[in-house]
Amino acid sequence: MMAGRDPAAVSLIHRIGAGPKLLTLAVAGTVLVIVGQWWWLALALAVILALYRFAGLSFAQAYKQIRPLLWILVILFAFQVYWESWNYAALVVLRIAALVLLAALVTLTTRTDALISAVETGLHPLKPLGVDPAKVGLAFSLALRFIPVIAAQAREIRDAQRARGLGTNPIALALPLVLRTLRMAGDVADAIEARSPYSDDDELPPRFAVDIDKSHSRKSCPDNEPPLETSSI
Amino acid sequence: MSGQRTSTRDIVYIALFAALTAALGLFPPIPIAFLGGVSVTAQSIGPMLAGAILGGRRGALSMLLVVALVAVGLPLLAGGRGGLGVFAGPTAGYLVGWVPAAYVVGKLHEWAWNKLNVVSSFIFCAIGGIIVLYAIGIPWTTVNIGAPFLKVAMASSVFVIGDVIKAGIAAVIAVAIKRAYPLIERRATAS
Repeated sequence: MMAGRDPAAVSLIHRIGAGPKLLTLAVAGTVLVIVGQWWWLALALAVILALYRFAGLSFAQAYKQIRPLLWILVILFAFQVYWESWNYAALVVLRIAALVLLAALVTLTTRTDALISAVETGLHPLKPLGVDPAKVGLAFSLALRFIPVIAAQAREIRDAQRARGLGTNPIALALPLVLRTLRMAGDVADAIEARSPYSDDDELPPRFAVDIDKSHSRKSCPDNEPPLETSSI
Repeated sequence: MSGQRTSTRDIVYIALFAALTAALGLFPPIPIAFLGGVSVTAQSIGPMLAGAILGGRRGALSMLLVVALVAVGLPLLAGGRGGLGVFAGPTAGYLVGWVPAAYVVGKLHEWAWNKLNVVSSFIFCAIGGIIVLYAIGIPWTTVNIGAPFLKVAMASSVFVIGDVIKAGIAAVIAVAIKRAYPLIERRATAS
């Protein structure tokens, strides 16, 4: 579930790079917001659905993207017909549906790791502001690695508290979970520091610090093994 | 995100609180009987806890990481939602708003750290996690669905009770954690 999208499902849309796809999404999204006639949005929706087919995705998959919003859209349509006009109701509902489907299409046809590296690349211009893309990459990798771990702990704690008759007490569930998370964070930070050739807390291991300014990075031992596995996102 | 340096240890706390918030989304929503079946998810306690335990800057960064992880397509939100499509929806303000919410909760906790108790922590969690969050979420919905502000605000108010309960839980946890793992204080004395 946490891994990237199916790499075998390849279409032309899948092969476009993550960066161009995100840019296209931004431009198309802006256009969809500006358009003020519902029939243009109906046309756009039809084009987006055609793109789903073109990407080898079924209409069922498209429906799955919109399903969590379905009841909101139905209520919204009814209220907008009541407050404004059915034209306006159709405009609003079609616009949300088109935007959600288009954005979801980008997500469905792009691997998660490709999007993460697009984020890192996009952050490079922010370096003068103190944003370190390598540290952002480390944060992404760590979060991805620990979501399943913490989720498993949450389940474990819930089962244990249920056995004690505390299954519905939210504090009995959340407090041990937060404590374990903090303890784990301490251990992980210790482990990174122990395996890092740097003694300074503020320096990243060399693998994450490819582009760090020479002026404040110390020389590391060249034969040191990279301390953390990052390629397994 | 600028100026101050973020140490490796800070990155780990930021990442693990992002993971914790994501993990909270895996719990099924709890329907509240006296709210007429409105479901409350455990997840929106995440920004309150991140701010109250990590402080403003780290808390906000960890929520920014959650937002980024959702944007790159992970189904981390309650109900298994995720992907860029979420940001086009009418409730995206309540996700993006986690970042300033955690920041405000955290800054208030830093400010009153030495005399923090359950009551003050609860008030801080409510200011950041409810007032700031709704101040972003409600206008977002208004713009997204093109509905009158007051009607949206009234419809949103049913969720306030659930969030007040969450602020209370977050406050109890924050004060307990302060004794076991005082992360804000250590930072304050170190810098």
